[in-house]
Amino acid sequence: MVNIPMSAVSIGGRDLAVRRFAASDAFFRLLTRSAAYFVLTLLGGFLLTLVFGAWLALSTFGISFFTSQSWNPNPDILKFGALAPIYGTVVTSTVAMTLALPVGLGIAVFLTELCPLRLRRVIGTAIELLAGVPSIIYGMWGLFVLAPVLQNLENNYLVPAVSEIPILSTIFAGPSYGQGILTAGIILAIMVLPFIAAVSRDVFQTVPPVLKEAAFGLGATTREVVTRVVLPYSRVGVIGGAMLALGRALGETMAVTFVIGNDPKVRASLLAPGTTISSSIANEFAEAKEAMHSSALVALGLILFVITLIVLAAARLLLLRMNKQAGA
Amino acid sequence: MEPVAVRARALPARRKSANAVFQGLCYAATALGLTALCLILGSLLYNGVGGLSLRVFTEITPGPGSQGGLLNAIVGSLIMTVLGVAVGTPIGILAGTFMAEYGRYKRITPVVRFINDILLSAPSIIIGLFVYELVVVPMGGFSALAGGAALAIIVIPVVIRTTEDMLLLVPNQLREAAASIGAPRSVIIRSVCYKAAQAGIVTGVLLAVARVSGETAPLLFTALGNLNFSLRLTSPMASLPLTINQFASSAYPEWQSLAWTGALIITAAVLLLSIVARVLVSKRSGR
Repeated sequence: MVNIPMSAVSIGGRDLAVRRFAASDAFFRLLTRSAAYFVLTLLGGFLLTLVFGAWLALSTFGISFFTSQSWNPNPDILKFGALAPIYGTVVTSTVAMTLALPVGLGIAVFLTELCPLRLRRVIGTAIELLAGVPSIIYGMWGLFVLAPVLQNLENNYLVPAVSEIPILSTIFAGPSYGQGILTAGIILAIMVLPFIAAVSRDVFQTVPPVLKEAAFGLGATTREVVTRVVLPYSRVGVIGGAMLALGRALGETMAVTFVIGNDPKVRASLLAPGTTISSSIANEFAEAKEAMHSSALVALGLILFVITLIVLAAARLLLLRMNKQAGA
Repeated sequence: MEPVAVRARALPARRKSANAVFQGLCYAATALGLTALCLILGSLLYNGVGGLSLRVFTEITPGPGSQGGLLNAIVGSLIMTVLGVAVGTPIGILAGTFMAEYGRYKRITPVVRFINDILLSAPSIIIGLFVYELVVVPMGGFSALAGGAALAIIVIPVVIRTTEDMLLLVPNQLREAAASIGAPRSVIIRSVCYKAAQAGIVTGVLLAVARVSGETAPLLFTALGNLNFSLRLTSPMASLPLTINQFASSAYPEWQSLAWTGALIITAAVLLLSIVARVLVSKRSGR
């Protein structure tokens, strides 16, 4: 029901009513418009405050902030370089995507092509729900359950097995403490897995059934339909979804902080402890007493924000392109 | 003619086995994913249920090495979640309204949508840094208000997204019918469009609550956490995720056990909220 007061419509009050409506309409419109612009200013506000906070560190260390790996909050030294956290962030995310992407795509193929209809909704919903489990839960599980198991496996099997092989023996050099880059990468992979699976499933579902039916009709196997029809058709969307997942992995804090080992050094071994941008901030920011220390941490945040901004923007542009293609 | 022979000719052994391997890998991927997720939920139950008792909900967090509960953390979580949602929801709904109604064909709308989608997945620790510089530093200390502000910034994009999507689903005939009896635009939006999109908008708010109640990173240096019971909005406040974070990385078994119990509670709450949100959506689309 639309409520228009009768008194306002009565003769003589008509002009007044119209004017009152126009005023309240303009007010509501202004309200909604300012809320929308507020969102725009939020992003700008992030960048401005981060640049402002990071200025001290960036202007002091200049380009060496990006190339040095010395991270020393000792008040007498106060030297900061972001190389180790940047390295840790990139490597953990790479490990995570390498593990999660094939498995996630496999789950999506299973859900769209192989799964019996009755199970499809149940498994699909379970996976979507698990994408919502708070990241600290993954971190805790990684610390208490996964890390001890991995430490045992790596020290007893992986390290001895690769000790004679030239490159692998460097990448998997022991001893493993359970906490390290690889463990963090695996936890991140488990975290983004439901996300990749859900997005790719949605993207696969945009493939017109006619295309798939035609391929099946020509005698193609499921593998051939997926690799030659579904994937080429949905390629842009899959890449977009993967980059969205990458954006999450890059910025993820709690799941990583528990299992990375928190040591600001660049090491070749994946089994060694390391640090990421977000875990450095999470661990040190509340306790940072020196202005230079907090500024260096904010500068780390600025770097992370710019990286994720680029990745997420690229992901959204790809997904937009796919939607246009699907709509055409 | 034997049907088996026909099939063998139509599908050479190599293609057949390649397909079998491919399908096997897909089954294995799903099994792997489901196993990992079952393991996580299983160990949550295994380690968390033992600590569940009335005490968890009636006593505050203990000092190292003694017994206690999570009352202050649960209350703190509730307060800051309510704060965040109370501030974030109106802004989100208004902005979503602009994008779907007044500004539907404006050039600014796709820009806002794009920025909003980026905010939706921006690292939450960055939001913590932002609020630290903007609220904590000027106020001179960590506070529940700062925590609520950080959570509000997470709520806004979630609510905007669902509000816009739901308003766009409202048929134009409804708007035209209301306009034809002389209702002004703002009245149409509030009494017709909001009513039609109600269930969807409520779902968006529930999803935002679910997302926010598990957030740790943006609270680390805004609300900071508190081992004592506190209702003051201007002083540091405990929250479940913050307490879990502190207790899980400690060396005391009592604290670790409470961390597992807290993790179980927060996960159960988040899953329950998402399920309720889902039921609301399916009810709406089923109508």
